[in-house]
Amino acid sequence: MRFAANLPLFSIVACLLCAVVSSVLPGRWAKWLSRLLALGAAICAALVLSRGLLTGQTTVYLMGHYPHPWGNELRFGLLEPLFAGAFSAVLLLCLVGGSHALERDVAPERQNLYYVMADLVLAALLSLCYTNDVFTGYVFIEICTIASCGLLMIRRVGRTTLAATRYMIFSLVGSGLFLLGVILLYAQTGHLLFPNLRQAVSDLWAAGEYRFSLLAAVGLMTAGLGIKSGLFPFHFWMPDTYGYATPASAGILSGLISKGYLFLLIKLICNVFGTEVFYGGALGDLIFLLGLAGMVLGSVSAMAEKDVFRMLAFSSAAQIGYVYLGLGLSPKLGIAAALFQILTHALTKPALFLAASRLSEAAGEARTLRALQGSARADRPAGLLFAIGALSMIGVPGTMGFLAKYGFAQAALAEQWKLLPAILALAVSTILNTCYFGRAILQIYAKPEQSAALVPERRGRGSFLTAAGLLCAVNLALGLHAQPLLGLLERGLALLQFS
Amino acid sequence: MKKTSLFDRLRQWDAASFDLTDALRPDQTPDERPRRPAWNPEAPVEPVARRQEKRFFRLYPILAALLLAALAFCLLIAVLGLPAFGAEDAPAHNEVMQRYLVRGLTETGAVNAVAGVILDYRAFDTLGESHVLFTAVVAVMILLLGTAGEPPAPHGERLSAKEDRDPVLTCTARVLVPIILLFGIYVILNGHLGPGGGFSGGAILGGGLILFVIGRGFAPLERYLSLRVFRTVTLLGLCFYSLAKCYSFYCGANHLETIFTTGTPGDVLSAGLILPLNIAVGIVVTCTMYGFYSMFRRGRI
Repeated sequence: MRFAANLPLFSIVACLLCAVVSSVLPGRWAKWLSRLLALGAAICAALVLSRGLLTGQTTVYLMGHYPHPWGNELRFGLLEPLFAGAFSAVLLLCLVGGSHALERDVAPERQNLYYVMADLVLAALLSLCYTNDVFTGYVFIEICTIASCGLLMIRRVGRTTLAATRYMIFSLVGSGLFLLGVILLYAQTGHLLFPNLRQAVSDLWAAGEYRFSLLAAVGLMTAGLGIKSGLFPFHFWMPDTYGYATPASAGILSGLISKGYLFLLIKLICNVFGTEVFYGGALGDLIFLLGLAGMVLGSVSAMAEKDVFRMLAFSSAAQIGYVYLGLGLSPKLGIAAALFQILTHALTKPALFLAASRLSEAAGEARTLRALQGSARADRPAGLLFAIGALSMIGVPGTMGFLAKYGFAQAALAEQWKLLPAILALAVSTILNTCYFGRAILQIYAKPEQSAALVPERRGRGSFLTAAGLLCAVNLALGLHAQPLLGLLERGLALLQFS
Repeated sequence: MKKTSLFDRLRQWDAASFDLTDALRPDQTPDERPRRPAWNPEAPVEPVARRQEKRFFRLYPILAALLLAALAFCLLIAVLGLPAFGAEDAPAHNEVMQRYLVRGLTETGAVNAVAGVILDYRAFDTLGESHVLFTAVVAVMILLLGTAGEPPAPHGERLSAKEDRDPVLTCTARVLVPIILLFGIYVILNGHLGPGGGFSGGAILGGGLILFVIGRGFAPLERYLSLRVFRTVTLLGLCFYSLAKCYSFYCGANHLETIFTTGTPGDVLSAGLILPLNIAVGIVVTCTMYGFYSMFRRGRI
């Protein structure tokens, strides 16, 4: 078990190596290498997690011969391997489930480049999970930014290039703000590693020195990650980005990349800023309010949308709003609920995108809800999986979505003035969710108006069913029996905050 | 190839930009036809979305300017509140910097403290950083690979045609390129002994290659630097970097001795892994710069 401590390093280096090697391999080989890599990374994370459960403490892993504050470090307790494993597994399922559409959307000579980007995204996500150093965080945020643009624009339908440009601009503004925040923080503390920063920040806060600059640094880093993960009102890049990418990319972009940034933000709140600075300095209240606005207005935009993929994208904006609502609520229950919501959304949204693309194929590449009428009758399994995902998004009991919303409500009950707005926004957002997801389910199961028979796509059926079916099955299983996961999150959060 | 006048080009660009604005308005369905206001049937026709755009563009700059002004104001105050730049008691002058400067030479063997920090103390960041460059090249390849059939950019075509090449440029390149390349190699190999290293030396080498191509065209360079060579060299550079550093991280974390020794500080062959890593980084940076230029100029490497 001592050897398992090396596995995070090995999985990150393996991702980087596979990315470089895939750039010279033919597409088929790169595909299998990528799948193998994601599977391996998930297994490694599971081993690290079990090691964490056995030892019950956080491991600090030196990247070289020098401890903090001099050298880079990795750090893993329970949450880090849990999220790293979940991200790797979902990435694997996205690649498998979207492989048929990928062959259609991506030119054969560029297919290996797609998997290069997927490997790099995985490397970046793993590093964001495991890092113990803000500058390492920044470097891998950069890799994530560029690689996600690659995943988006590899499908050449004109609009994706435009969407990638817009996404790049938003994303670079976010990285720039994050970097400014890191610089300001370094100027005040002289440190880059989490433990030393935490110490220096709480000393400065207690002494009352550089109060405004400290808040500015924390605010800039939060704003940077907020823009990159689609916090209201910076979510306008989402519909084009998620709506026009190839389904595998849409799943990875909506389900994983924004979640990687969110997880880094949670780590920063717990291990760098400290809850007293973050919540004492009104930042918590600010992101609480922005989260509220995102939850409601994202759903309103989704209701107005006729295109099913863009509707799903706007629904992502609302779901990201939930996460920020939780982060703004309270350091313990709120963050725990946010963590659960991150997992919920990472499992549900890729399944929805995969199922929606199958339905759209069955209806002859249609995108609007009206044209999708009856597509679920033509492709029964895809319709069923779409419905399960939609029910989880609405928050029907028995799915993870219900438990996530329940967690937010529970966290809100312990609050003073935040209670009423939080509960109201949850209610309104749930109603809106029911409206547009309900409408979508009704449309896809309705009898088609036109007599032309819808033909379900035969090819790629097995891989889609495996991937989306697994995602939905895990969603239902955890929705019905969530106690182990909730306990794990609670223990992990305690380990993250008090060590 | 048919010569197109500047006027034709401008017209093409104009058409292209109209396509772009159309693409910006995805929500416009066919039934949103141009409308005339009811009270004035003679009014010039204006498309719906165009009007919405106009309204949007009135409000948007004002809001953006306000937000940016507020941000700039906050940043100014935040920066004014920081410790003075270079002040002796600034928080950045702490035990971290002390150790880098005082013990850096004995611990890393690098006379150049910067090389010691980026390639030994904080090598994981640099590992990520060199993969950022690789990611960027692959992203440009995704964007531009196979676009060679499309009309080339106005300048690229003229420069690569032999008869149009500027004699001053050709002669200057002939004289300067060998010196630049030699200097780039020197900067890379000298990275652990003085200012320089893989990033700066690689940038110089890349610049030299680009100057060569501008002066003499792609054909002479392609004899040595084909796509195959480009890929192999990048692959070897990055793989060597990842594997070597993985070994060194593994040894460090498990408190094992590495096989690399620091040697005599000041020698060219010293400072353990730093010299080979500098070479690897230099190769990657050179290939990145040349790759960008080649991709943007003709859509392939």
